[in-house]
Amino acid sequence: MILGRVIGEIHGTIKHRWYESHRMLVVEKTAPDGKPTGDYVIAVDAVGAGADERVIVNDEGNGARQIFESSDAPVRSVVVGIIDDVF
Amino acid sequence: MLLGRVIGQVVPCIVTPGLEGVPMLLVQPLDKKLEPKGKVVVAADSTRMAGPGELVSYEGGREAALALDPWFVPVDHAIIAIVDGVNVEPSK
Repeated sequence: MILGRVIGEIHGTIKHRWYESHRMLVVEKTAPDGKPTGDYVIAVDAVGAGADERVIVNDEGNGARQIFESSDAPVRSVVVGIIDDVF
Repeated sequence: MLLGRVIGQVVPCIVTPGLEGVPMLLVQPLDKKLEPKGKVVVAADSTRMAGPGELVSYEGGREAALALDPWFVPVDHAIIAIVDGVNVEPSK
């Protein structure tokens, strides 16, 4: 899993049918101290995260499909936690 | 997933079984400011509606193939959505 911060979201009308009921968040990857590394990932929201929140992203497909209880969801990156603090 | 810009189309004459009719598009990966970053990839289009110039989001890895029907096909990048808008704070 990786640390990140939600910096926004994307939306689109035409998309894979599985994504019609899921939010896509733009998550900037961060170091443990919160500094951005420059990379980003678009992750599906599983916990109700919003803009500017520090989050944990699971970047692996099997765990992602387990979270959404689906065997065929084309999803890999999922926001699985909201971080209060890292120390 | 990452953001990408469709910059072209690939027309294969022979494809592996299961990929017949699936559009193959050239996608330039973008950074969060929508500037080109990294090498161009060929992505299968699961929406079947993306075209040159469009902003898309694409999945990489084994999960890309799951977006297609049939899904048990050798694909490592697939376009998942045509992006209408990206709401990111300008300062970020």
